[in-house]
Amino acid sequence: MSTGTETEPEAELAEPGSETNEAALESLLGERAIARDDHLNAPGFVINPNDVQDVLSDLRDEAGYDHLSCVTAQQYEDRYESIYHMKKFADPTDEVSIVVPTTVDDPVSQSAEPVFRTADWHEREAYDLVGVEYEDHPDLRRILLPETWQGHPLSKDYDQEKPQLVTLTEHQNPIQPDHHDAESDTMFLNIGPHHPATHGVLHVKTVLDGETVADVEPDIGYLHRCEEQMCEQGTYRHQIMPYPDRWDYVSAGLLNEWAYARVIEDLADIEVPEYAQIIRTMGAELCRIASHMLALGTFALDVYGEFTATFMYTFRDREVIQDILEDLTGQRMMFNYFRVGGVAWDLPEPREEFFEQTREFLNELPAKVGEYNDLITGNEIFQTRCIDTGVLEPEVAKDYGCTGPVARGSGVDYDLRRDDPYGYYEQLDWDVITRDGADNYARVLCRMEEVEESAKIIEQCLDLLEDWPEDERDVQANVPRTLKPDAGTEIYRAVEGAKGELGIYIRSDGSDKPGRFKIRSPCFSNLQALEEMSEGEYIPDLIASLGSLDIVLGEVDR
Amino acid sequence: MSSDEPRQTIYDSTAPSTDTRDARIGEGVDDRFNSKLREAFGASPFILTKFDEFMNWVRGNSMFMLQFGIACCSIEMMHTYAIKHDLDRFGAGVPRASPRQADVMIVPGTIVSKFGPRMKRVYDQMPEPKFVVGMGSCTISGGPFQEGYNVVKGAEEIIPIDIHVPGCPPRPEALLYGVLKLQERIKNGESSAVVVKPYELEEFGDLQKDELVQKLASEIDEDDLVMRYNWADSP
Ligand code: SF4
Repeated sequence: MSTGTETEPEAELAEPGSETNEAALESLLGERAIARDDHLNAPGFVINPNDVQDVLSDLRDEAGYDHLSCVTAQQYEDRYESIYHMKKFADPTDEVSIVVPTTVDDPVSQSAEPVFRTADWHEREAYDLVGVEYEDHPDLRRILLPETWQGHPLSKDYDQEKPQLVTLTEHQNPIQPDHHDAESDTMFLNIGPHHPATHGVLHVKTVLDGETVADVEPDIGYLHRCEEQMCEQGTYRHQIMPYPDRWDYVSAGLLNEWAYARVIEDLADIEVPEYAQIIRTMGAELCRIASHMLALGTFALDVYGEFTATFMYTFRDREVIQDILEDLTGQRMMFNYFRVGGVAWDLPEPREEFFEQTREFLNELPAKVGEYNDLITGNEIFQTRCIDTGVLEPEVAKDYGCTGPVARGSGVDYDLRRDDPYGYYEQLDWDVITRDGADNYARVLCRMEEVEESAKIIEQCLDLLEDWPEDERDVQANVPRTLKPDAGTEIYRAVEGAKGELGIYIRSDGSDKPGRFKIRSPCFSNLQALEEMSEGEYIPDLIASLGSLDIVLGEVDR
Repeated sequence: MSSDEPRQTIYDSTAPSTDTRDARIGEGVDDRFNSKLREAFGASPFILTKFDEFMNWVRGNSMFMLQFGIACCSIEMMHTYAIKHDLDRFGAGVPRASPRQADVMIVPGTIVSKFGPRMKRVYDQMPEPKFVVGMGSCTISGGPFQEGYNVVKGAEEIIPIDIHVPGCPPRPEALLYGVLKLQERIKNGESSAVVVKPYELEEFGDLQKDELVQKLASEIDEDDLVMRYNWADSP
């Protein structure tokens, strides 16, 4: 008794209208498409490295593919390949992949940066890790690894044993006189990588003109833990699942695990029992609340600098959620609870106690949200501080590939739980929150309201779980011990993580380990927009904007 | 009035003392230099101890932690500071943002090549005596990312560590236990074991002129500080 919402990529492609869609695409690309290379999730067209800008801008302007969600680069024996995964903000199930092969000797292809701003960082990452070079790119240098690094670690001939040198002098003491520009009287300021306002180990190079921010440049990679390499070394069945917990580690573990579960279930064509889907949905939404609570607490910390009231209150609530999740999964943070084809085990016994505990939390939640509204969002000083600062116009947000609460705070109505449904979301009654403010305040409100929506979802899941007939409680599908998807199958799938569209691209090479595993992290794209949001504003507003983006470095750097 | 026995008001009353100063001093000879605390000590109003021991006692009971978040473990570290676990109960709950004000550094997460020199710099900026708690498997061996091309195989490759707290992440209770153990060691005057640290900050000019150094010679100045990672020698 499954709705089968998890395993429909082929069905989607075959649905009425998509044939014509493909035909339309074919005629739009015309001569420029030199071959087809279909992926499980989308039709794929191979183009020449010189046509990238041309094709992408046509796809955006003529066919409406306005979301460049990810750029994947990889090396085969005989070629390098960059894949542009494109979608529509209006309908994320309508996807197309543009495949750009280049030769091994001369891996140069045209940059997509002039068409989509978001390609900037994505292509820098591809250059850094795989070694594809992009012509026309405004600033092609390493992004995750230190600038003195030798070799490209995800390319075929990389030798991990070779020594490496890292310098400490990249960014000098800001007080040094040469950072004072004689004419413009600006000052260079380092924020991070060890700084309380950067939410981890982010480094922001800032140029100030008086108190106004003249230029910012986030410098990332201080937590680049080779997540993609780790996943490529693990077997599909069990060894990959623990890693997603550590991408967005702010208690969003189950949301991330779902990203992997979804992609592998689609790839290996596994149907998940409905009962397991409900448990997943409930767990994931609990994680979302915990994650948004931390975002709220640290934002208050950034804006007020108070370590006492709001911060402690949000941690009080997180403790309650972590207790519930610990009962369910056995761990406070790194759950490793999802399995390919279901979840690890059923709800904890005695079930009544679990339901009671969770309901108690939900019952208390409205009062707590009210408290936060009194303390923070209703506070006049807070409002003065946040309204109309860090403005991110919806068109700009789309250009940068922003998703999640950051995009929804700018009025971009994009939520994969509804638009590209998976799990049990489709059968439940809840709303997607959007706000038109496009400023720091809108993003905070958006998260607060999402907490309430999540609570609604959990409530309905609890009702369903409580009444579920005892002999139909299947928590896992029948999955073979080793999974070996057909060689050459490629798929990109995304879920709505706590911070936005969390996607995974897998190419299988016929073995029980992925040939290429690429993570599309929402924070990576969102952080890129910081520049747009904070230039010309005061330096405290830069900190507030950074806080309202709610980045987590484990996911930015991966 | 003799100070042999504490005054009754000390052990008897829990009411706040609202007496006037005269009443507090009491009858007879003015013994206002005998504070209540002193009297509570009994016969002699002195504690005899070695200055070193006294300093260790003070250090152990008032640790200023460095506000230092790296990776996933820092979330559990924040939970340890926050309500419920409340590290402040043990005199260690006020994280300082500046390393120059901190005594203890909790290293909560994975150290990657780019962050290694930074961590070393932060550690160097802390005043002596300084102590380090390594939190999580990553600071022990690189943890789940041990095989990564970019991951330092344990924080001990770069800075000395007094207490290791294993776990991925360790529960707040475990971190508390680690901090308490550290307090105990500080009070007993024990310091961290001397370890060989393979990765040090060095001036570029001092390095051996091997292939890698020659390649980078045009990019890096002679007196720039660099950290050289010999991955092949790592465990
Ligand atoms: S030990 Fe585990 S939880 Fe801690 S930083 Fe490493 S991966 Fe994260």
